[in-house]
Amino acid sequence: MKAPVADFLIYDEATKTYREDPEQAVRDDVEKHYWLHVVRMIVKDWRLYIMLIPMLLVFLFWRYFPMYELLGSFKVADNVLPVSEQLFAGFSNFKLLLAGQSTVSTEFWRALRNTFVLSFYGLLFGFPMPIILALFFNEIGSNVARSFYQVLTYLPKFMSTVVMTSLVVMLVKQGAQTSNMGIISQLLVALKLIPYEVANAGLLNNPAYFRAIYVISGIWEGAGYDSIVFFAAIIAISPTSYEAAQIDGANKWAQMRYVVLPSILSTIVIMLITRIGGLLNIGYEKVILLYNSNTFVTADVVSTFANRYGLEGASKGIASAAEMMNNVIGMLLVIGANTIARKAADTSLY
Amino acid sequence: MKRKLETSELIFKILSYTLLTIFALACLYPFVYAVSASISGAHSVDYNEIVLLPKDVQFEAFKYMFSNNMFWNAYSNTLFLTLYGTIWSLIYSILGAYALSKKRLLFRKFFNFFLVFTMWFSAGIVPQYLNYLQTKAVFNGVGIMDDKWLVVIAMGMAAMNIILLRNAFEGVPSEIEEAAIVDGATEFQVLSTVYLPMCKSTIATVALFFAISRWNGYFWARQMISNSFEKPLQVFIRELLEQYRDPEFIAGWNAVYASDSVIYALIVCSIVPILVIYPFIQKYFAKGVNVGGVKE
Repeated sequence: MKAPVADFLIYDEATKTYREDPEQAVRDDVEKHYWLHVVRMIVKDWRLYIMLIPMLLVFLFWRYFPMYELLGSFKVADNVLPVSEQLFAGFSNFKLLLAGQSTVSTEFWRALRNTFVLSFYGLLFGFPMPIILALFFNEIGSNVARSFYQVLTYLPKFMSTVVMTSLVVMLVKQGAQTSNMGIISQLLVALKLIPYEVANAGLLNNPAYFRAIYVISGIWEGAGYDSIVFFAAIIAISPTSYEAAQIDGANKWAQMRYVVLPSILSTIVIMLITRIGGLLNIGYEKVILLYNSNTFVTADVVSTFANRYGLEGASKGIASAAEMMNNVIGMLLVIGANTIARKAADTSLY
Repeated sequence: MKRKLETSELIFKILSYTLLTIFALACLYPFVYAVSASISGAHSVDYNEIVLLPKDVQFEAFKYMFSNNMFWNAYSNTLFLTLYGTIWSLIYSILGAYALSKKRLLFRKFFNFFLVFTMWFSAGIVPQYLNYLQTKAVFNGVGIMDDKWLVVIAMGMAAMNIILLRNAFEGVPSEIEEAAIVDGATEFQVLSTVYLPMCKSTIATVALFFAISRWNGYFWARQMISNSFEKPLQVFIRELLEQYRDPEFIAGWNAVYASDSVIYALIVCSIVPILVIYPFIQKYFAKGVNVGGVKE
């Protein structure tokens, strides 16, 4: 076997010489007139490109132009001048956030830690719940009964964040002279899970309970809906697999371990990797709607930090620097997760 | 053949039913409580005498809400934003996704990356805010004074939905398209007569996702809409909650219904329309998750 000298030369066995590949002339032509070729293709399919334009413009204007505004994190903030004409400040905003001795710096580190911790708790307690629910759904023989349970558990997902948080606020509200505390607080006191004084002062005013409220309301809202994908994986398992296991004398636990778990493992892995990728992209709306100045210690995440300093306060440079660091780390996590998913399960998420 | 259940299987079955019932009730309970609290008398609500069923039934809170013009105003604004926002998002998403699904599109990889990158990295709240301020200035400059249109046009884009549509379009067999082209169909005719009918359920799913995100939109609507007559329902609910949870406001309250009942009534009013259409949209809602496994 003779190795080719170059792409455009073909070794001729008969004459033991090299000759030029005839197709190369065409390729040369395309290469020489590449842009002409491009223009011809575009003119031929011009309707396709017209169709593409509105989408490209929308994303350019309202997804990419804001990235240009990120330049503001390297500039001296100014409310009048556009970002291109502001004075350059180097990395001073980043330095202030990362290594400053000021309250801004401590608040930033607290926010970064809270972002991670809130997400992590959400993953730790929230991730297994849909899987467990899907296993339970699978146990229910009658279709009508199962649909009934499923419809009920999807229900909270249909509420908006505002309505959901309003309900949470009302159900754990503080007690006052003219009114009692919220019904859920009262239930928890009756079950002796929390002391009366704490519940009466309002659970949302107590930093110790914010994370629990955030995570539990998240499970309440999303577990039913998230179970759909796992349930789809479970009902795809052939009944013969269970029968074979039963004939071999497997009890329920063994069936779970050796039949169900291997079948839904790839779904679990993909969902888990996606969730880990999104660890720093926390839903800030829900935090903004639930937190107050009493609970900043545990509730303040980077987005709400940026909201307070940039939108409500005037430190736009500091705020966008903080969020940029958070989002860059978040992007690395997403890309890393996607790469791992591609290798682990031959499935690319995007 | 019915096999007798083993002990472990029986235990698991009982466990499933019990825990599912508890969870389903926990999902339902806050709604039932909200309805009960919205139609109970002031004293019963304030001192938590209702646990499940309403006491001293009255509908004053609802009457108050329905006689409030701002409530209807907010409702109509939300309907406006949901309707026009969904239509606008669907138009450019379908057109763009159709173009992206074609192998003959040049620079296809680049356009795909252009979309996907927005899912990986977002500039953040502050740059977005500055960008919307500039957009608002431009809109006002060309004579569009209503902030509603800013919300409709500049918000609510989702790269994920476009990718869902693109994948559905890619799944249509090319023979059908070729047959249409032989019959003399133009690009738009191919899209409207071949692709749209064949991908109906995906389009319905994506439309539902857009509509839900519009209906639920809160943060940017509150930031960007300055005229109080243009505020959507979500902003109205939140502002009412903030007003009605104010201790001074509660102290001055004197009516046959509790101040909390108004909040609950509003919550009920915002959930009921969704519950009414829920049976019709549920199957699309469930479908959306399962088409999520996508490839580039």
